[in-house]
Amino acid sequence: MERVVITGMGIYSCIGKNLDEVKTSLYNGKSGIVFDEDRKDFGYRSPLTGMVETPDLTKQLSRRERISLGDEGAYAYVATMEALNNAKISQEFLNENEVGILYGNDSTAKAVVDSVDKIRDKKDTTLVGSGAIFQAMNSTVTMNLSTLFKLKGINFTISAACASGSHAIGMAYQLIKSGLQDCIICGGAQEINKYVMGSFDGLGVFGMNLENPEKASRPFDKHRDGLVPSGGAATLIVESYDSAIKRGAPILAEILGYGFSSNGEHISTPNVDGPSKAMFKAIAQANLKPSDIDYVNAHATSTPVGDANEAKAIFQVFGENGPYVSSTKSMTGHECWMAGASEVIYSMLMLQYGFIAPNINLDEPDDDAKKLNLVRKTLDKKFDVFLSNSFGFGGTNSALIIKKL
Amino acid sequence: MMTKEVIIEKINAFLIDEFEVDGEDITPEANLKDTLELDSLDFVDLVVSIESNFGVKLVGEDFINVVSLQDFYNLIENKLA
Repeated sequence: MERVVITGMGIYSCIGKNLDEVKTSLYNGKSGIVFDEDRKDFGYRSPLTGMVETPDLTKQLSRRERISLGDEGAYAYVATMEALNNAKISQEFLNENEVGILYGNDSTAKAVVDSVDKIRDKKDTTLVGSGAIFQAMNSTVTMNLSTLFKLKGINFTISAACASGSHAIGMAYQLIKSGLQDCIICGGAQEINKYVMGSFDGLGVFGMNLENPEKASRPFDKHRDGLVPSGGAATLIVESYDSAIKRGAPILAEILGYGFSSNGEHISTPNVDGPSKAMFKAIAQANLKPSDIDYVNAHATSTPVGDANEAKAIFQVFGENGPYVSSTKSMTGHECWMAGASEVIYSMLMLQYGFIAPNINLDEPDDDAKKLNLVRKTLDKKFDVFLSNSFGFGGTNSALIIKKL
Repeated sequence: MMTKEVIIEKINAFLIDEFEVDGEDITPEANLKDTLELDSLDFVDLVVSIESNFGVKLVGEDFINVVSLQDFYNLIENKLA
């Protein structure tokens, strides 16, 4: 079995457009949540969201390359450029080696709505133009990036709701561990627009603190009232240890475990046993004890039931005096399809720079959260091992364990 | 009735602005595929640009005998005639 390491990272999120900006925001407990007037007018119950600009790629990409790229693809391109640079991977290396891509994405709402609107208006499918199909398919990120970077390895998209990005890393880990691939670009992307989150908002599960958007996302707090949607893209370069050594790559950390499970119950309400099973599996696979985990980056989205059940699951796995726990969603909001990948990057930045980012807006933990070692204020603390949880609709769960090298 | 000059001017403008064709490559003899590097997908977008600029809809068969930019100008002129 091959050892699997992370050699590069890139991020484009509502708390920063690159690793450096994001690290500073995490350390300072800065929120990226805003009030989106457009959503209010569109009929949203909660118009709160994390926000990023659509990157202007006219200087980097040709028209042909840009025309197929939707918002999530553009975010992913920016994050991937940073990750490749960070990993010291050149286009020449990509041309000469079998590098793959596995990326989490579970919708392309805006591209679909825009093209269907145009067909309705023009009553002619040709007039949507040639880029529409490549923006509208769920695999838009992997099909575009594999073309732009001329990749020749594994190439597909993972759709697993809000655990998509985490499962993408997990699958990359498995493929490299088993020797089937040496290097895979992986991550998660989430479009930000009023079309993609309308039906989610309709469930009445979004936070409603419209007066103070930055205080709306409050995982584990007794007075939380729902999640805040968000998005962007996060890319990691996952590689075999041997490949990284051979090409003299910077080795940032080692992936030790990928635990997964399915709740087998309700379509949207999470349970306790599914998540705890994923965490136990990851810990066993990593050949560690629960007490070896220093920090848990919780999935906790700021919904009443979800956070309470995750707190119970974390307590079930780690017991009294467990690891430090925080949910970076308190700052970023819920980055959905991207979250599993971005939260590994957030945790990696903490690992690299020796701090634990705060779970902001945690004024009063509820009874389940009180049993956890929650970090409310930035903690300057060097640590070695973290576990990152990601859960999604349909009861899909993923837990990744990563260790500093 | 649009003059031939106006048609050519409009086509050249969207080739430069929307298709990012190098203005120096635009000559009547220029081969759409080889010189202007337009591929099969770009031809779909040419249909879109012609519709929005001239209000006429082209179909795939219209392009059968279109090789050079001059052929393309002629095609649009005939469609508008």
